[in-house]
Order: sequence, then C-alpha cells, then structure tokens
Amino acid sequence: MATVETGPGRHPEWYAHATGDKFGKVTDAPVGFGHMKRKEDARFIRGLGDYTDDVRLPGMVHGAILRSPYAHAKIISIDTSAALAHPKVAAVVIAKDLETLGLAWMPTISYDTQAVLAGDKVRFHLQEVAFVIATDAYAAQDALQLIDVDYDVLPAIVNCRKALDPDAPLIRDDKVGQTDNLASPLWEAGDKEQCDRVFAEADVVAKRTILDPRSHPCPMETCGMVADMNPATGQLNIYNANQAPHAHRTVYAQVAGLPEQNIRILCNDIGGGFGNKVPVYPGYVCAIAGSIVAGAPVKWMEDRSENLASTGFARDYLMYSEMCSKNGKITGLRVDTITDHGAFDSTAQATKFPAGFFHIVTGSYDLDGAHCQVKAVYTNKAPGGVAYRCSFRITEAVYLVERMVDALAMEMNVDPVELRMKSFIRSDQFPYETVTGWVYDSGDYHKAMKLAMEMADYEGLRKEQQEKLANGEMMGIGVAFFTEGVGAGPRRHMDILGLAMNDGAELRVHPSGKAVVSLSAQTQGQGHETTFAQIVAEELGISPNEIMVRHGDTDKTPYGLGTYGSRSTPVSGGAVAVVSRKVRDKARQFAALMLETRAEDLAWEKGRWYVKGDPERGSTIESIAEYAYSTSNLPEGLEGGLDANAVYDPPNLTYPFGAYIAVVDVDPGTGKVHMRRFIAVDDCGVRINPMVVEGQIHGGLVEGIGQALMEIISFDEQGNCLNASFMDYLLPTALECPAGGFELGETVTPCPHHPIGAKGVGESPCVGSPPCITNAVVDAMYHAKGIKHIDMPCFPARVWAAMNGNAEPPQ
Amino acid sequence: MLVSISINGQVYSHDVEPRLLLVHFIREYAELHGTHWGCDTSNCGICIVLMDDPQSDQPPYPVKSCTMLAAMAEGYEITTVEGMPKPDGTLDPIQQGFHEMHALQCGFCTPGMMSTGRWLIERHPNPTQMTDHEIRDGISGNLCRCTGYDNIVKAIRWAAAYIEEHPESARTGAR
Amino acid sequence: MAMQTPAPCDYSRATSVDDAIAQLDALGGNARILAGGYSLIPMMKLRLANPGHVIDINPIEPELNYIRQEGNEIRIGALTRHVNMLESDLLARTFPDIFREAEAVLADPVVRNRGTMGGSLCQSDPAEDLSGVVVALKGQAVLRGPGGAERVIEMEEFHVGPYMTAVQPTEMLIEVRYPIHKGFGGAHEKVERRAGDFAIVAASAALSIQGGTIREAGIACSAVGPTTMHIKRAEEELIGQAPSEQLFQQAGEIASADVSPNSDGRGPADYKRAVAGVLTQRALSRAAATALR
Repeated sequence: MATVETGPGRHPEWYAHATGDKFGKVTDAPVGFGHMKRKEDARFIRGLGDYTDDVRLPGMVHGAILRSPYAHAKIISIDTSAALAHPKVAAVVIAKDLETLGLAWMPTISYDTQAVLAGDKVRFHLQEVAFVIATDAYAAQDALQLIDVDYDVLPAIVNCRKALDPDAPLIRDDKVGQTDNLASPLWEAGDKEQCDRVFAEADVVAKRTILDPRSHPCPMETCGMVADMNPATGQLNIYNANQAPHAHRTVYAQVAGLPEQNIRILCNDIGGGFGNKVPVYPGYVCAIAGSIVAGAPVKWMEDRSENLASTGFARDYLMYSEMCSKNGKITGLRVDTITDHGAFDSTAQATKFPAGFFHIVTGSYDLDGAHCQVKAVYTNKAPGGVAYRCSFRITEAVYLVERMVDALAMEMNVDPVELRMKSFIRSDQFPYETVTGWVYDSGDYHKAMKLAMEMADYEGLRKEQQEKLANGEMMGIGVAFFTEGVGAGPRRHMDILGLAMNDGAELRVHPSGKAVVSLSAQTQGQGHETTFAQIVAEELGISPNEIMVRHGDTDKTPYGLGTYGSRSTPVSGGAVAVVSRKVRDKARQFAALMLETRAEDLAWEKGRWYVKGDPERGSTIESIAEYAYSTSNLPEGLEGGLDANAVYDPPNLTYPFGAYIAVVDVDPGTGKVHMRRFIAVDDCGVRINPMVVEGQIHGGLVEGIGQALMEIISFDEQGNCLNASFMDYLLPTALECPAGGFELGETVTPCPHHPIGAKGVGESPCVGSPPCITNAVVDAMYHAKGIKHIDMPCFPARVWAAMNGNAEPPQ
Repeated sequence: MLVSISINGQVYSHDVEPRLLLVHFIREYAELHGTHWGCDTSNCGICIVLMDDPQSDQPPYPVKSCTMLAAMAEGYEITTVEGMPKPDGTLDPIQQGFHEMHALQCGFCTPGMMSTGRWLIERHPNPTQMTDHEIRDGISGNLCRCTGYDNIVKAIRWAAAYIEEHPESARTGAR
Repeated sequence: MAMQTPAPCDYSRATSVDDAIAQLDALGGNARILAGGYSLIPMMKLRLANPGHVIDINPIEPELNYIRQEGNEIRIGALTRHVNMLESDLLARTFPDIFREAEAVLADPVVRNRGTMGGSLCQSDPAEDLSGVVVALKGQAVLRGPGGAERVIEMEEFHVGPYMTAVQPTEMLIEVRYPIHKGFGGAHEKVERRAGDFAIVAASAALSIQGGTIREAGIACSAVGPTTMHIKRAEEELIGQAPSEQLFQQAGEIASADVSPNSDGRGPADYKRAVAGVLTQRALSRAAATALR
C-alpha cells in the first residue's frame, strides 16, 4: 500500500512502478520507538521527490529578479522598456506597480517592514529591484540585462560598530520617526546589580571580544515558489518550500488582503531548511502579485547567489564579555552585544523575545549572577539573523559561554574540563532556575561529560599533546558543553506575530485499523513520516508502516507554527502523543462495550485493551476500529468513529544538552586545521528513532565544522557581498570531516514534562560544535604559542595570523 | 537546433537553444525530475548524472550536468537516478544501501551522490577494500548539508559488499 | 529552474583539429573552443564570457587525448583528461610523483573526468594547480594555427596574465611537451581553504639528481602572482648543489621574496608570501626524497 500522497501537478505514470507491496513499506519496523529505516526514502532514492522546482502547471510562466549592484543608493529612474520589448517577456513589475496593490512593502516577523521591490532606494547589495515574468527561465534571465536602472550611490554602513556613529548615514529613512540605525531597543536580562556584586567579589576575571560572524544556512535546495491564482475562483494555490506554511498563509492573507481560507500552501518535499525557509521573501510576494496580475501560475526559483546574498543569514553577533570565578568555580557572566540585523529587521523571534533565547547564555553552569544586553542595529546588508539551526540565538549564546569558559580556564591556569566539572549545575539541582529566568527541566551533566572524556581518552590526548609539542607539532583538544532550550513554546509567553506557538495534531484510525496522523510540523529531511508514525505506533500498537503521516498542505493539516528551533518533537511530538492517547481513551470506551465490561476494568498493553485479571479477554485496536465505525449501539456521549484532535501547549521548553570534544591538528607552517576526531555525547531525553537522531547529529556537526573553519558572509567597504557563490561560501565536503567518522555517545535524561519524555535535538549538534572546534584551535595555539583567542572562521590565513600574534576579527 | 540524447536507454529528441544546459534538458524536456541543481558555479554536485561513452570501455562516470550543454551529450548514454533500478523495479544496490544505512535526509543531493557512489564501486578493482579516505575523496565533489557524510560512506560500503555477494546485481553499463 | 544560464550562442562540433581551427578562423574571433567545459561554461553562466559560438572539440578526443614518450620527451595531447594524467603509469614512472600529487588535489574527482590539460592551461587562472607543474617541468606548448602552422613556446610566454594566454584567436593548443630527466623527483604542495578549492598558495618542484648533485631544478608557485610564478632565482641556487634541508630553506626564502601575491578572500598577501616559502621548501624536500628513492 503506497503511503505517498499524490498531489496536484504530479504525473500518475511516475508511480506506475512504485505501487505494490514493497513500496513505502520498511522492513523490520518496530511497533513504536527504536531503530527504523525511513518510509520517505522510497521516493527519494528513486528520484521521485516532489520539490518546488518540480512543479509544472499548465500555462506556467517564470519570474526572475533584478538586483541592486550597490549596497546603498537612491534609485533615480528605472527604464523597463527594452525588457518589455523582449518577445518572451510577459510583464516587468517594479515598486510603483506593487504600490497600487499595496504590496511594495511587507511586514516582517519582527514587526518591521521590508521592501518587496526597492522604490526610493536600495539598502543592501543584491536587494530586489524589479521582477520580470517571461515564458521561460532563460529568457527571464536575459531580460534582466535589458532593464536600465539609474542609481545615485550613497555611503554604506558595513561595520555594525559604526552603525550608531552620529555621522552614520540613515538607512531606514522610510520609517517615520527613525532618526538613527537602531533596529530594536536595548533588551536585557538578568540582575545587573547582583551581577556587579558577583564580579566585585571574584578571584579571576576573563575578558574577551567575541564575534560569531555572519554565516548562512545554505540548504542544498534554494528558495522558490509557484504561485497560482485562479482568477475565476479567487483561490490562490502556493507551492513553496516553507518551514512554517500555516504562519505564512496567515501572513499572506493579511498582506494580500485575501481571505485566508482561499489560500492553500502546498509544501511537498523540501531540500533542506535549517531556518532558511522560515521568512517570507520578496520573491514570494512578487510571484503572488505576478500571478494575480498575469492570471497565470508564476514560478520563481532563486539561484544560489541570490540565496546566499539575500535570504536570511545567520548570526552576526558581536559580544563583549566578562566571566569570573571564585574559589575555582565560575560565578558570573556579563555580555554586551551588538547584533547586525541588516537593512530590515526580519529575524524570526517570539514576540516577547527580540533577542531570541540569547539569555540562556549562562549555559550549563550554576552561576550566582549574570547580565546580558543586546542592541540591534541596521546596516547595509541583507536582512535576517535568526537561522542556521540556531534555536533562536542559542548558537550565539552557547558559542559565547563556551568560549568564555575556556578563556577563563586560561586565566585561571586550570584545565578547561576541570573548570566545567566544578561549575556545572548538579543533577540534584534540577529543575533548575537560572539567574536569567529559564527553568531547565532535567539533566545530568557530569555523567555526559565523563562519558565523552572516556570515549575520547581525554588524558591520553593531553599526554599526546605534550609529546607533539616537544616535537614542534601543534595539536588542539577542544571541549564544549551546551544546554539549549528548544520546543517553543508555552502560549502564555511565546507567540510569533501574535500566533501562539502551539501545534495541532489530528489522528484518524480507519475501519481497517490503519491510521492517518496529520501534523502542522513541516519536515525538511528530519524523517517525520517515520518518526511521527512511530509515536502513534508506540501509543496505539499499530505498525508505523500502517500509519500515514500527512503534512505539507495547509488545507489538510491542523494549524501550527512549523518546524524550526528544534520544536517538532517537543511540540508536535507532544501533540501527536496526546492525540494518540485521546484515541486510545476512546478505544477504551468501545472496548468496554465489546467486552461487556466497564472501562475502568480494562488495562492496556501495546495494541489492545484487555480485562484486568483476565488477559485472554481483550480487543485489539484493529477490532476496536472496525467496531467504532459499525452500526453498534452507542451510549449517550460516545460518538462513532475512532479519531481525535489535539492542540498541544507545552508547559516549558525542553533542555537537551551534550558534551563535545574535538581533536585537531594544526600545521604550524600554513595554519591549516585538520579535523582528526570529534566525540559527541548528546542527551535529548527519550529517543524516538536513534538512527534518525544520529543522522541529525552527524549533519549538525558538519555544519559546525563549516562555521568554525570556513563559512562566512563577508563584505567589502562598499558593502558588496563577497561570498555569494559556492566558490567563496565554502561548505565542508566529506574530506573535511574526521576520516573515521564521528564518535557518538548518548545519555538519556527524560524530559519530565513532555508526554513521551523526549527533548528536541535537531539543532544541538550545530550549537555545540562551533565553540568546541574553535576551542580546539585556540587550545593548539595556546599550548604552542600562548595565543588565547581567534574568531571563526579559522581559515588557514587567519590561524597563521593569530599564531603570529595578529588575530583580527574577520570582516 | 535538434538535440537527441539517450537517457536511461530512451532517446529524447527536442528542438532546443544551443545554450540549453544538460540539466535543464533532463528536467524540462525529458521531464525527469530526479536530477536536481544546487548552485551556479559547478561546486555542489547536486546535478551529477552518469555518462557513458559507448566507444570507451570505462564504466559510466559522473558528470555535472549543469556544466554541460545538452548538445554536448549527444552520442553518449546518460543514466539518471530514474534509470538506476532494473527494468522490473528492483533497486540498484546503491539505492538500497542508501536506504539501509540512512544516507539521506532531505533527499536533494541523493541522486547525484548515489551516481558518484555507484561509480566509485564500479571503477575500483576491489571495492570492498576502499579506504575511508578513498571514499571521502571520491565524494568530495558532492555536497550534502543534512547527513554529515558518515552514513553515505557506510551506504557505499554496504552496496560494495552487497555486489560482492550478489554479482548479478552489479551493472556495468548505463542500460 | 533558475540557475544562472549562458547568453544565447551557437554550437558546432569539430571533426578534426584542423577542422576546429578552420572553424575558429571562419568565425573571426567570436568563437571559443569548448573542451571539458568546466572553465568555460561556468564563466558563460555568470555571463563573464559571452562567446557567440562554441566549438565542441570533445569528438576529436581520439586525436588529442594521449600521453606518450617520443625520444626524450613526454608529449601530452591537449584533450587529455585530468583523470588520465592522474592514473597514468607512464607519468608516474617518468615524473614521480608530481603529476599524481597535483591532479589529486585539482578540483574534484567528478570534474577530473571531463576537465582537460588544455582547458586548464588555456583558462590561465593564476591559482591553477596544473600550470605550476607544467612550469616546473619546463613544459613547452605546441600551438597550431590555420593551414597547419605550428609554433612551440615556453610556458612563461604561454601564460601572459590572469586568464590571458598567448594563444591567438585562430590558434589552438594541441600538445605540451615535457623533457625527461634522469634521477627525477617531483612534488606538489598545496594549501587550500577546503578540498577542491583553488590554491591559496601552491608550489611545484621538479628535481633531477644525479651523482648526488642537483642537475636540473624547476620551481613554480601558483596563486601568488598574475600568472604562475617561475622561481628562476631559486632554481639557479640549487644547480650543482647537493640536496639538503638548508638549501631548500634558502630556496624557500627566495620564493617568498620573489612572488607577487595579492590580498583577497583566500588570504592576505603577507600570508601567501610566507607560505610560498614554506611550501617551496616542503616540495623540494619531498622531490629530493623521491629522486633519491
């Protein structure tokens, strides 16, 4: 039985050889949690995935975007006549055309506005200026060259430290009342006075300026959309790779003035998200406007340079920090941050948390005092900031605290693991409230750290390091211990644009005893078609092969805020567990009727309700389902059918944690860093599918290698983006990873408040690895030459400069 | 100009612009969507397909279909992911290996990655003896953002071992 | 499908070398030779190169893909693929291990299936690995023009500047000839930001050691000048000397002094200058060890 849905625009004959017993069924599927191969593999290994660029609709035309060559310039005039004269061009849209539709500017998730097409001026290099619609994509690109734009170049702000200089040019002169380049007012957390007292009493203080540079999530599939407005019915179908389809639909309804029920978003398969596919991009609005105007489906797919240069970047946090200790234990932390949001504030944040969850920066430590403040500025760069598996700024926070712990260990002249062990929150302190207001649910940090040290043979490594040093070789051992908070979030304080961060789930068990569970979560490769079936399987005892997971179509799935911030398991997973239990409880009512007993006399074992004390007498879920849909007499209050829905409001975030150790070898002659080993012990509570969890960890660790060693979005003084292609935005290949593979370990500390005891995990490896690897590089330089700091990325030239005492932050 | 290309044993003939890239011929004209694209500068390998020169005795080798004009492919045999299974639908060992070892997540790089993996096995005199470095170097022209590569290495090893045990499952031609 | 795509152009295939040249001649400078395509097509997609016509010479591979010895030279045809040079036993025996080392780090294995020696040399990217090898081996380029006229030039003459060669619009590179020396040892050292990337700096060294002294020396550094830099001064210091680490360190210092690197995204000039010296020393040291094996 095929478990893949056909959707609009797909050819039935592609499935001709795909039906049949073997397709979509996985061998050795556990009924519940455990190692299980993935059901979704069936289409991907055959090349039958259905990604946005695969969508073909009759009459479809192609859009392309003309982009600004300047970072900051007034637009004097735009001449589209030559482009319009091109025989294959159907339309050219510029800002003033969008103004008549009220679409020249759009709201962002951070309550700012962003230009869809630049009208008065351009504010970042490669900003959107015009949208061409042509009958084929090659012609659309040709036509871009025929548009003539006259610019008056203005000075650009590229350095966030200069954004608030009194003579800095005003970037957002479109905003009434904006007189400077402050994007968002100062935000702070923690008790400043308490923190000052702690520092006053400290033995040792370490100070560092730490940059988490701008990088990019860079999924393998770029962003794009096919917008199909039916002029006769007013129905707008949108095919779009999008991590939050329901939220986008709500936004489009507001922005385009269309009734929300007339908008359908279909995300079929997504070639990676990593936060890149959360924002609403100008290209989307252009495609929708284009479809409304042209009366035909409009496809817009961005190329890789557009993806790197204009879509939501990540990080760009400049942090001034001090950490202190007393009696050998870390006691205080203060951080003063400038964050560069680019030309428009489009960070994805929960409303009450404009700096995301950065204030989890106290990390895994039992501090007496902490204070952090974050100031966001505008610069002439692309908008964004919250992306790339960051858990809402937790990558930045963990990078800061784990670098600072190593810095403090250097100042104290103690081993960095020893300092951590002395300073960790102890397992008996959970649930633990941090001095910045987080309540960590559960953890045993010492256990995880010890396991990592055992796996790495930490003492052996330190000995080897000494031997190598004597030989003039440089070897570094880096440690990081992270705690994150994921699974946003409780409705009482977490919303995006006023939409509570809760997720719905619907479960229908059919008369045959097989089921469909509909999710609001949106997989981009995380394996939801398998793992969520496993959750239902665990609760109901139906094989995951017989449970279809439906997602990706806003018409057919319950409302929810989408997949990012590692929230799928904590929130949607909670919803699915809860809805499964509702079905199970309903099944109990039917079983009582079938077995002619009372519901309270029944007990559950996976797959059946049976009479307590008489286990031979029971009803399987399959027989209950058949009964539920039959004509049997039902008492007052019990409706037929075996289905339920639920909206899950998580009581708290979940707090996964991990101990990571990296071993690097550094070539003293060239500064080249070689990843020798990476040991990762992760604790994400109960693991639904260990195979899927490990895959997530592998992927995130490589993203950490990327950030630590080679990924950066940088600019020249004029604000030109220098890394807008894969020639200069470098992603790790298999050769940059440890040759023998990653060494993974686990501890399991269940989440006490989550229905299945699980915590999120998708972002953890990307959170813990950048500071771990950077710490390793610094460790190598410190032991060889007394160098105490370097900022990522650790290109050979940058490591070499640091070794020679010339470490500069990257531009 | 008329371009005729044999893909997965079937000839597709279309009148196209000379500048049309092979990847677009495959996707838009042959309507085979399993071959994807990911960059502008021939770095990512997402678009890799296997190419076979009927006049050469070399096994089919991976090429970046975004870096070839469709016209250049005339006269060669192209194998895309759709052509990997046997005619009766039995999966190629490389496909099965990727499933067994969880070597894919979003699936976007998977067709290109499997093409390269299959080539590594076919051209190596003793595939089950490939070292970690040989495999990793072999796939260094294929970027993946999801899997972290470890399971891909395992999948290629799985397929090599499977072929050694079931030699009839190996394929030496694009057909 | 919106990857960047080439501007409109015409396409034809060549049936022979002379046919390719005749087409070049007839098209009057608006045509480019298309071999592997991994240099030209990316440039066309970025619209940095907009030839009106491309002449596909892959069909003449039987004529131009060869690695053979003729007299005291190895001759390699311009359409020889990188993978052929990587796997060639003849090259590995005659010039251990310089070809293999450079080819192993040139681009990636997929590109190497189609990319050609001729294409790489004619692209004349200052950071290109093979050019360093050819310069160190004192290779000579054979160019053929209309009517079969041929000329042979040194690599220094061949590489005129970044992305510029001495090949005239109606000429084609057809072969490179490499003199064979007894007691040969060669090596290629490269530092890059990531596997497959162009070199931040690379050094190629070729030595002929006979009777315990260096008889011939070839040293080239890539990515540290407008074209591949031929470090003649260091070569002169080595001739007639016994190989030693101290000697190679001196050669490295000369390389550092004589290169002209630019600062760019791969690294600042002072880094490249310093590393040119380090890699030159390492390449020489390994070349000598290979020669004495």
